[in-house]
Amino acid sequence: MELKAENITFSYHKNKPILKDISLSLNSNQIIGLMGDSGSGKSTLCKVMAGYITHYTGEVTIDGNAIDRKGFDPVQLIFQHPEKTMNPKWKMEKVLRESWIPPQDLKDTFGLKDNWLTRWPSELSGGELQRFSILRALNPETKFIIADEISTMLDAVTQVQIWEALIQHCKANNIGILAVSHDKDLLDVICDDILYFNEINHL
Amino acid sequence: MGKLLEVNNLSISFTQYVQGLNRHDLKVISDLSLDIEESEIVAVLGSSGSGKSLLAHTILGILPYNAHVTGEVKYKGEVLDQDKKEKIRGKEICLIPQSVNFLDPLMKVSQQAVGECKDDDERKEKKLKQREVFAKYGLDESVDDLYPFELSGGMARKVLLSTALLNDPDLLIADEPTPGLDSKSVEETIQDIRKLKEQGKGVLLITHEIDVALKTADRIAIFYSGYVIEINKVENFLNSENLLHPYTKALVDALPRNGFKLTEGVQPLEEVSGCPYYENCPISSDKCANNKPELIEHNGAMIRCFNFNKAVSEDSVSEEVVDGVVSEAPVEDSVSEEVIEEPITEEIAEEVNDEEANDGA
Repeated sequence: MELKAENITFSYHKNKPILKDISLSLNSNQIIGLMGDSGSGKSTLCKVMAGYITHYTGEVTIDGNAIDRKGFDPVQLIFQHPEKTMNPKWKMEKVLRESWIPPQDLKDTFGLKDNWLTRWPSELSGGELQRFSILRALNPETKFIIADEISTMLDAVTQVQIWEALIQHCKANNIGILAVSHDKDLLDVICDDILYFNEINHL
Repeated sequence: MGKLLEVNNLSISFTQYVQGLNRHDLKVISDLSLDIEESEIVAVLGSSGSGKSLLAHTILGILPYNAHVTGEVKYKGEVLDQDKKEKIRGKEICLIPQSVNFLDPLMKVSQQAVGECKDDDERKEKKLKQREVFAKYGLDESVDDLYPFELSGGMARKVLLSTALLNDPDLLIADEPTPGLDSKSVEETIQDIRKLKEQGKGVLLITHEIDVALKTADRIAIFYSGYVIEINKVENFLNSENLLHPYTKALVDALPRNGFKLTEGVQPLEEVSGCPYYENCPISSDKCANNKPELIEHNGAMIRCFNFNKAVSEDSVSEEVVDGVVSEAPVEDSVSEEVIEEPITEEIAEEVNDEEANDGA
């Protein structure tokens, strides 16, 4: 399968576009890195591709068909700050159940401990919460993952754990990953190809 | 050179209400000792949520009311109590806060940066200086009159940074000054912090980004589960073999450029009775399960581990004996519990082993 963004143009303020004529494509089983300066609009592009922003011009398609954004979205966005993406009044079990109940072996791959499930989001560290938010995005209907700086705030050991687990699952299930990061070293290790945001954004 | 800041045996715990009136003490920092000399940059490196920021908040006296602190903080040889902290913070000791939420949402950023002034002359002077510092960070004049919500994340960070540098502090505490900045701004920030060092000032850099710590600091303290487990010179971080604690080694090996090596295990959430790294440690012994190691000095570095010497000697053994002579291993095990300080040579190992054998007989 191929996730394709074609001629995406978007602006927050009139006449001052932040994304202009951006085209990129991502195949299943492929990991593509995206690098760029802060404030250049990487996260905005991620939101467009994952369907969080709808009033853009251009097209986002899977295999040429418009994406059905109703129900479970096949393009899942994972954010940099997991604590901001979880309902603070839900325990972790409910947070996860909102998407699906992952099988035990997948939980083990991500090092998810059972006793974390009965905790509140505020009682877990960033690394632990990020494991939940990744696992939550790996619903069987997910075809593409957009990882927006998902390991920026984690220590190096946790970063490896999370990426190894994510890549292992995605390779096995034919899921494509768009990895956004500042860290060139990291992208060099995990990605098949690296795109530079300034080169694809025709401002 | 005098010691600028000394932190001795600092522990912080929070009193929490668990259910009804049941209270529970949550220990966040345990037995932390650290010192900063003049013209020195010390980085505290630990994963997010491990309580590093609380160290900064303790030094400045801005902990919440339910925090319980033991141990002492000395600044230029004087013990800091709450009154002194309030007097010198913002002047001699400045903080670059971690979160952009530390900005006052109802105040223009230039006003915040200038801060308190005695009279108009001082205000004018500070205003000029503020403009200068802002300009250096690429914040042009239109930024002066903006409110914090109008700034992007990177701009807000630069405002925080300039605000702290404006007061010419002797000790700068930089709490995660770099995340969210692009590489050019990160580089600038690092340069500025290093410039402070050249001016004879001390910097406590709190970060989770090992690269920033490596580029900036003279010494790095590694924080794990509320404990400082190792303090070592920055040169030793280039190669994990020069490091002492197994977690520190894992951390350096996990860097993308050093091989992206996978190490299992997460930091324990609850207080453990033994060494905090016991469950994930490759060189743990029975002793580690129930005894807490002290922070001891070794070749100019500080290390909190019973068995770090064992790791060193085991490495050397495994390098020498490649052909699979494993008979050495149990000998090592039996000795390591008794001999902590000295590297284990084979002679000592055999001696002790003999003694043990005799005892047994």
